[in-house]
Amino acid sequence: MPAYQRMLDPTLNGLHSGESPLLRTVGLTKRYGDFLANDSIDIDVWPKEIHALLGENGAGKSTLVKAIYGLIQPSAGEIRWQGEPIVLSGPSEARSRGIGMVFQHFSLFDNLTVAENVALGLDGKESFKDMSARLEQVSRTYGLPLDPRREVWQLSVGERQRIEIVRALMQDPKFLILDEPTAVLTPQEADQLFVVLERLKAEGRAILYISHKLDEVKRLCDTATILRGGKKVQTCNPRLETAASLARMMVGGEIKEVKAAAGRQTTIPRLVVNDLSLAPDEAHGVRLEHISFELKGGEILGIAGVAGNGQDELFAALSGERLSKDPGTIVIEGIAAGHLSITKRRKLGAAFVPEERLGHGTAPRMKLSENALLTGHAASGMVNRGFIDTAATLKTVDKATETFDVRKAKRDPEAASLSGGNLQKFIVGREILRNPAVLVVSQPTWGVDAGAAAVIRQALLDLATAGAAVLVTSQDLDELAEIADRIAVMFHGRLSAPLAASEATREKLGLLMGGSSLEPKEAAHAVGA
Amino acid sequence: MQLVLEKRTERSNTIALVSPLIAIGLTIVTMTILFAILGKNPVLALQAYFIAPLTDSYSLQELAVKATPLVMIAIGLSLCYLANAWNIGAEGQFLIGAVAGSWIAVKTQGTDAGAWVLPAMLVLAAAAGALYALIPAICKVKFGASEILTSLMLVYVADLLLDYLVRGPWRDPNGFNFPTTAEFDPVATVPLLIEGGRLHLGSIIALLVVAAAAILLGRTIKGFEIRVVGAAPRAARFGGFNANQLVILTFAVSGALAGLAGIIEVAGPVGHLQPGISPGYGFTAIIVAFLGRLNPIGILIAGLFLALTFIGGEQAQIAMKIPLDVTKVFQGILLFYVLACDSLILYRFKLVLANRQVARGAG
Ligand SMILES: Nc1ncnc2c1ncn2[C@@H]1O[C@H](COP(=O)(O)OP(=O)(O)OP(=O)(O)O)[C@@H](O)[C@H]1O
Ligand SMILES: [Mg+2]
Repeated sequence: MPAYQRMLDPTLNGLHSGESPLLRTVGLTKRYGDFLANDSIDIDVWPKEIHALLGENGAGKSTLVKAIYGLIQPSAGEIRWQGEPIVLSGPSEARSRGIGMVFQHFSLFDNLTVAENVALGLDGKESFKDMSARLEQVSRTYGLPLDPRREVWQLSVGERQRIEIVRALMQDPKFLILDEPTAVLTPQEADQLFVVLERLKAEGRAILYISHKLDEVKRLCDTATILRGGKKVQTCNPRLETAASLARMMVGGEIKEVKAAAGRQTTIPRLVVNDLSLAPDEAHGVRLEHISFELKGGEILGIAGVAGNGQDELFAALSGERLSKDPGTIVIEGIAAGHLSITKRRKLGAAFVPEERLGHGTAPRMKLSENALLTGHAASGMVNRGFIDTAATLKTVDKATETFDVRKAKRDPEAASLSGGNLQKFIVGREILRNPAVLVVSQPTWGVDAGAAAVIRQALLDLATAGAAVLVTSQDLDELAEIADRIAVMFHGRLSAPLAASEATREKLGLLMGGSSLEPKEAAHAVGA
Repeated sequence: MQLVLEKRTERSNTIALVSPLIAIGLTIVTMTILFAILGKNPVLALQAYFIAPLTDSYSLQELAVKATPLVMIAIGLSLCYLANAWNIGAEGQFLIGAVAGSWIAVKTQGTDAGAWVLPAMLVLAAAAGALYALIPAICKVKFGASEILTSLMLVYVADLLLDYLVRGPWRDPNGFNFPTTAEFDPVATVPLLIEGGRLHLGSIIALLVVAAAAILLGRTIKGFEIRVVGAAPRAARFGGFNANQLVILTFAVSGALAGLAGIIEVAGPVGHLQPGISPGYGFTAIIVAFLGRLNPIGILIAGLFLALTFIGGEQAQIAMKIPLDVTKVFQGILLFYVLACDSLILYRFKLVLANRQVARGAG
């Protein structure tokens, strides 16, 4: 948007004249070593405003909001709250001033009830009974239904997030920060969230909203501040922009389109699952029931479904983190592998990318080179007679960094210090660089920016073109539509028959995700027979 | 006003390095107060503890002799602790090693058995220590029994077994009924490094163990496995590492090292098997492991430091009539502070004012 137009934009200037912003950062800077995660950022957030914070992975969004919430101390610059400069000693002080935050990664205890979880996160001194009553009241007022007595493990991802939001709202914040709240939600759940956010805005609160989904930003947000490489690029009105122009500001250039190579050939079956049934190994798990499919080289099979319908269990069974008694239930490269360990399956040519980046896909407190070794020790020549070839592990880091544009503060940092999206790029890169024959990947672009998501999807397509079999589990139907050849739906531990991508309309997938069957004709047939 | 412990958002690496030093400092402050309460001159007492043992060659050798079992045991324990396996029973594995090795010494006593005796004793002691440590490890893996309890309880079993042997079947017939075996033959004794001195071959073995552990943890895939299983269990499973196998392995290795330390102590400085061969090496080694940050080089330094407290304690008893048990108090306080200071790596103290008013700036 040209400068003159910005000056004329009422939401950016005129409307607010006279008042002071609720929150203003002046020259806010955060340095890690000699790396600038935030470089002198000025941002104003006004009451009654939903303010989007946009930027590529590693642009510094989480760093900025963590500083505002008192989780990290800025290296330089100032935070002004209602015009007054403040120094926050920690999150509890931020909360007491009226700043609330909902993190992308939930901090809930599975075996405690909703009310107990909320009580643990509040600073107040009210009795548990009063608190529970207030919890019910707040959740009713905002249309965020929650039963305080339910235990968390019984709840869906959307309901869990509701707990975090209600917990934040119970402190009656004037200013609410949401870090990628919709990354894990189904479209319906996201819509419900937007209604709540609109309402909070109408009540005069301000919201700072981080998301990679530009369409929803255009729909919801009044203002958008774009960060690139730790610096503020621009503040604009997202409604006057297109998703493409926002993306351009974030990247500083065009985003490549994902292209499937024409005439991809399917070859031999590389991953076959035969009537796999598996009891859950933990109390709250899902039982897998009679899962069968066949995946050929050159093919991408997408698995859709609401989270918690057995996707995690299926991943564990395919990877070998859970073994199955019957070897024949899982066949990798023609070899019965149901009873083989994950290392042996890797040696057969399989590679795996789990959904959870920190703590599952990587050891958070270990260096990237060590995390390369974590999955590479089996079959990538990183180990020589029991000794680690450090040069080889570093080479994998460098190669993944280069191929997937992983941005980090130094050559070999701890995994936990990477921004979410950059760590995801590293993990996907680490596996793809092994040239697997079979790749099983869960939520490949979870929390990854549009540019990087395109890179990852392209890499999956290229891998299939090169002859690998790729299984992608994703909540993002658009993503599956973009790359998958066939799509199956997981519901209550069962997998539907795959639909060809061309036939897999949103309606059909939606029905399957809700547990309905698509085969009225066959049913009629059965009756007739 | 209120003092609260708040989680740090960024792990403090500086504190990780200086935390053992802070712990030592706080321990010394506490001990000073304790000495004053006991009516001893704290300056002289601290000097007896920490300075005097460093001033003559005999004490310096003694320092190495005392540090030897501590370091060997602590290295083994550090492997367990890194892998999240809690072996508390090194004292028992030490005693069983001493007993098993002594069996050969006792049985070959007075025969003209050759130079094979000592190596055989070392091997048997290590094997016995490992097997003894495997009992709690297998109970944990197979039945889910807490290895902390089982390994600790086995200490008392070993202690009583040793007691029975030296009072009964193995008692020295010419020993005036003292509960001890006869003095071991020269072929069953760990050779001295300095003629007429105290320093013995065991110290060299301890240094080799330190070097081996440093290489294991820093350079090999097994060492990596140990570190990942402890640091991120789920990621370790994803990496294909089996936590249960590692419990077995680390317990076996640490049991072997403790057993080896036991026989070296008996066949070295002590010279015969008797009750009370250990002033609690197996327990003190736990402190050594943590004070040394579960790092081989750190453990070497920490082992020397705690050896100093043993020798200093003896000196303080002789020179100032300070009870020997004060050494145990000292070590206990030290472990307490080490663990307390470690929480500062992830947490920090904060003063919370009753009404949260922060000085208002000029803006
Ligand atoms: N503790 C840390 N130590 C060193 N570097 C860090 C640390 N925390 C963050 N960084 C670096 O700061 C940069 C910004 O990270 P930040 O988490 O703010 O990104 P982000 O914009 O939230 O990205 P994403 O969309 O991927 O979540 C990254 O390059 C990251 O590597
Ligand atoms: Mg982020």
